[in-house]
Amino acid sequence: MNDMTAVDKTVETQRTKIAAQNVNVYYGDSHAIKDVNVEIEDKTVTAFIGPSGCGKSTFLRCLNRMNDTIDICRVTGDILLEGEDIYAKSVDPVQLRAQVGMVFQKPNPFPKSIYDNVAYGPRIHGMAKSKSDLDDIVEKSLRRGAIWDEVKDRLHAPGTGLSGGQQQRLCIARAVATEPEVLLMDEPCSALDPIATAQVEELIDELRENYSVVIVTHSMQQAARVSQKTAFFHLGNLVEFGPTGQIFTNPEDPRTESYITGRIG
Amino acid sequence: MPLFWLILIVLVIAAVGYMLGRSRALANAGGDSRELHSLPSYYGWNVALKAMVPTFGLLIVWLLAQPLYVNSVISGMIPDSAIDDGSSRGLVMAEVRRAATGLDNAVAQGLMDEDFARNARADFTDVTQRLKDAGQIVTAEVTQTVLRAAQRYRIVNSTGYLIMSIAAIVVALAGTLFALRETRALFRARNVVEFGIHALLVAAASIAILTTVGIVLSLVFNTWEFFRLYPASDFFFGLNWAPSFSGRGGSSDLGVLPLLWGTFYISIVALAVAVPIGLFAAIYLSEYASPRVRSVAKPLLEILAGIPTIVYGLFALLTVGPLLLKVFGDDGLGWMQAGTAVMTAGLVMGIMLIPFVSSLSDDIINAVPQAMRDGSYGLGATQSETIRQVVIPAALPGIVGAILLAASRAIGETMIVVLGAGAAARLSLNPFEAMTTVTAKIVSQLTGDADFASPEALVAFALGMTLFVLTLGLNIIALYIVRKYREQYE
Repeated sequence: MNDMTAVDKTVETQRTKIAAQNVNVYYGDSHAIKDVNVEIEDKTVTAFIGPSGCGKSTFLRCLNRMNDTIDICRVTGDILLEGEDIYAKSVDPVQLRAQVGMVFQKPNPFPKSIYDNVAYGPRIHGMAKSKSDLDDIVEKSLRRGAIWDEVKDRLHAPGTGLSGGQQQRLCIARAVATEPEVLLMDEPCSALDPIATAQVEELIDELRENYSVVIVTHSMQQAARVSQKTAFFHLGNLVEFGPTGQIFTNPEDPRTESYITGRIG
Repeated sequence: MPLFWLILIVLVIAAVGYMLGRSRALANAGGDSRELHSLPSYYGWNVALKAMVPTFGLLIVWLLAQPLYVNSVISGMIPDSAIDDGSSRGLVMAEVRRAATGLDNAVAQGLMDEDFARNARADFTDVTQRLKDAGQIVTAEVTQTVLRAAQRYRIVNSTGYLIMSIAAIVVALAGTLFALRETRALFRARNVVEFGIHALLVAAASIAILTTVGIVLSLVFNTWEFFRLYPASDFFFGLNWAPSFSGRGGSSDLGVLPLLWGTFYISIVALAVAVPIGLFAAIYLSEYASPRVRSVAKPLLEILAGIPTIVYGLFALLTVGPLLLKVFGDDGLGWMQAGTAVMTAGLVMGIMLIPFVSSLSDDIINAVPQAMRDGSYGLGATQSETIRQVVIPAALPGIVGAILLAASRAIGETMIVVLGAGAAARLSLNPFEAMTTVTAKIVSQLTGDADFASPEALVAFALGMTLFVLTLGLNIIALYIVRKYREQYE
């Protein structure tokens, strides 16, 4: 246990969902993440903030082993999901990614219909017994993605024809459709305008009821608005991790204060 | 004056003009190049361009127009009585030109002097003998008329070239002077050169386009000629291909259907080989192979595209054909009579097409954004699920385009067919029988010694036209599909 747990206990505490212990990540020779320890709680939005290149996206991608697709990337240390090491030999990364869903920086709907986009995950994992089952899953996911009312009349139109904000909510619905336990979001609003951003932020807040959400963001206002916990990364180190209110009003580390007040970054 | 020297002189004038223009501009600006509107070299190029462009334009027009003019003058000299029955003015003119060339060469070899060659009273038997001694081809005794015409032809031609040379040099000098006069510090030489380059590029593009138009027109006219001699309905719907080799029409059956069938059958076999292999190779190279394997394997695969088709033809004739014969021939299954068959040509052509399919598909699969793959992996899809359900559908229009391009290659292929599929035009479903294609027949119809005006020779143009329309259609469809695909990710 590290000293940050003391701070955590002052806010309402949820069960730990993901625990990362002494995580190091190397890209070839460069050391991208240095000894990171963090505990991500269930039914909580955790924000990762920090300047560009500080390793927050890299760390996020460790949580569902997306870094496996990069040949030169090497991860050491333990990442425990519900107490089980996700880098253990017995874990199938493909199954893991169904449990730990991901939404990307740029909306990336598949060149298929809206319906097929959402049905993609359930179909792969055999989650629906019948066509009507699948229809239900699609509708439920689109409702959770807060986009059902906008697309219910054109489920078979291509997903690429939607606006940017709609596409991103479609991608969130698509990620939700496989019923993950954790939802990772890598700067989900950076390609969106303020109105679409507001919609997605509202959606993130609603998703907190069911999921543990981890969001990487460049916008400190966004982190302050949507998250309960905030982690500040700098040059591959986790500098500070604690309740969002504390990080933004009373940071312990001078580097966090410098970043939040705009002096570094 | 030989043309080469003329061109050299014009180039020298242009080079001198360049130097003069450059120094004149500098002098006008008082030696300070910052006072000039353009860089000094632009003033030089302005002068050089104005010397060269009109001159070379004049030369080209002159060289095209002079033969026409000379021909019309000389053929006016030949009385109708000098033209034999069964001959034509064109043939006599050919004879005249041949005699004139002969005289030129004889003079060049020193067997005649110029006066003798021009001597209007020269004895034509003597001239014929001397031409033969000089090793010139003379079909018959040079007649009086032909000799006079040939002599006149030489004189008109050489006068024409003399005038042309003088005119060219005058134009080049005039252009230089004009450009030098306008060279001042504030003259916008840069814009003129820019326009010149623009015009050069336009010219290059239009030469390419006009050549295509010219080829199509020559096909159209000859096809038209063929259809006047041979009914179009028999050509398009005839089930039998049996040209008579003695020439002179009538007994020939020139139905295109057996040839088209052979073309399609062989192409389909080729594509059945090339599409799966090429596509799977492309998927392996772009999705699974490590960068090291890819950097070696891709160029190796593309070497296949660099092998001349005649080598593939030999491969079909000497290796694949006998191999198939061993399995399917009389000693084996008994379906195959000889090594040359649709299967032989199709298999080899398929191998030839693999790099076309794989290389294009590989590029297209690589163009599918990584975000698509990440999205799929992020939902817990495996690699092959991602490829099958996301990457290939996203790349499909481009892959279809690649396949259509390969198909038009297959339809136009000749050498492999000639060596691998035989020469018998046949309508049959058995892929182990010899068949032939449109392209192979075009070759055999034009390489014989049939009269060029006979339907047996002209049918080659109709075949070419048919093939052209087919491959053009395929290419247009392919381009349309590829373009539609491009818009998707912009």
